[in-house]
Amino acid sequence: MILAFLGQLGDAVQFIFTKSEGPGGAQVGGSQLLPLLREHLVITAAAVGIATALALPLGAWLGHTKRGSFLVVSITSAGRAIPSLGVVFLFFAALGAGFFNITLALVLLAIPPILLNAYAGVRAVDPEAVDAARGMGLTGRQIFGKIEFPLALPLIFGGIKTSTVNVIATATLGPLAGVVTLGDPIINPSSYGDAGQLGAAIVVAALAIAAEVGLSAVQRALTPAGLKLSEQAASRRRLLTIPKRRIAPTP
Amino acid sequence: MSASLPFVLAQADSGFFRNRSGQSNCVEDNGFCPNWIVHHLDRYVSPFWQHLFLVVVSVGIGFAIAFALALAAHRQRSLVSPITQITGILYTIPSLAFFFLLLPITGRGNTTAIIALTAYTLLILFRNIVDGLDGVPDEARDAGRGMGLTQRQLLWRVELPLALPTIITGLRIAATTTVGLAALATFAGAGGLGDQMASQKEFISNVAVGGALCVLMAVVLDAILLVAQRLLTPWSRVRAA
Repeated sequence: MILAFLGQLGDAVQFIFTKSEGPGGAQVGGSQLLPLLREHLVITAAAVGIATALALPLGAWLGHTKRGSFLVVSITSAGRAIPSLGVVFLFFAALGAGFFNITLALVLLAIPPILLNAYAGVRAVDPEAVDAARGMGLTGRQIFGKIEFPLALPLIFGGIKTSTVNVIATATLGPLAGVVTLGDPIINPSSYGDAGQLGAAIVVAALAIAAEVGLSAVQRALTPAGLKLSEQAASRRRLLTIPKRRIAPTP
Repeated sequence: MSASLPFVLAQADSGFFRNRSGQSNCVEDNGFCPNWIVHHLDRYVSPFWQHLFLVVVSVGIGFAIAFALALAAHRQRSLVSPITQITGILYTIPSLAFFFLLLPITGRGNTTAIIALTAYTLLILFRNIVDGLDGVPDEARDAGRGMGLTQRQLLWRVELPLALPTIITGLRIAATTTVGLAALATFAGAGGLGDQMASQKEFISNVAVGGALCVLMAVVLDAILLVAQRLLTPWSRVRAA
């Protein structure tokens, strides 16, 4: 059984790297995967881009004014419970197949994490830093631009990262609605074969992990130097000294 | 009452504002047809239970594994970061890809779906259990030790009860997320509401009912866990009052 699995794995790897004739008669695999990869990345970028343009300003503004926590929490938990498959099918059923319609469905799925993180990031900025800025005479807009936004940036970007990984996963469903992404060999194995199905699954998984790892690196780079320093200092303090007794919160 | 209301609305909708031929017209128009939904609810019953089965089993197994891992990491702090990284990778792999990666090994069916869904819950549950145990005030631990509790008694009688709210928050997130992901189990051949949605994916009413039932299931599971938390932590109510 293990040998059979290794054989299938070998076929799948071969499918990823070399072009061959698929069961449907067409050339599949290897360089033929590139258009699928391109479509996958384009639809992901479009969906995450639109979702960021919509959710980031709204979340940041709500966090800045410290209002609307109920709205943000509701949208986030609704976004968690609504199945991605249902959203894709619903947009397909209501609007028909097509790149734009599926992008809309993906935008809807990408909004909650970005909104939540933008809100929570701005909201969690140390109020003392905001007070200090206000004491220095900064206006509300300046406080947001120079203090809150830079300090919240790592968390904000974390939301964009989560959404990107989610959208890469959900874009795999694209072929169900006429968008030929990397999900095509997975969903239509009749023209790609079993090796194609497994191969595409490997590529999609690798793509998601690469996005997670790559965007995490960008996230670290975006963290303001001061914030990094204080984090390092905090973790060093935690390592070297006996942790300070936490005083139990009194209600 | 709740069943008759949409029925009446549907009558009004199809009878007066649309063609008099009744409900079939709405279905042909591919609209949102409450009348059709009321008459076809029975076809969602068995997928609903299948779906619930996948969610409960996956979250249950996931919790057992995450709990064991968290207890080990609680004792041996150096384990936290590698376990977080490994479960983080499992969490990142798209579920659809995960199903097909498992397919050559476990074949189509419940096993494949449950392994993939379980893998997803691990990161959320592990992180919340560890966070919960870390959040236990040192005073409570000291008091427990002062009362002569052993390490094991301290864990079960002091640390875990105090960590319970955070642990249950993790369970709530894991359960609602798994309800959504289990819709994809149709690709693993494990049935569920996703199967029912995919069977007529161009029919709005069908997809809407399937999706709505997923949301309903998530909301109900969430409420059950919240009630369980209230019942299991009576002291937090006293403090609030």
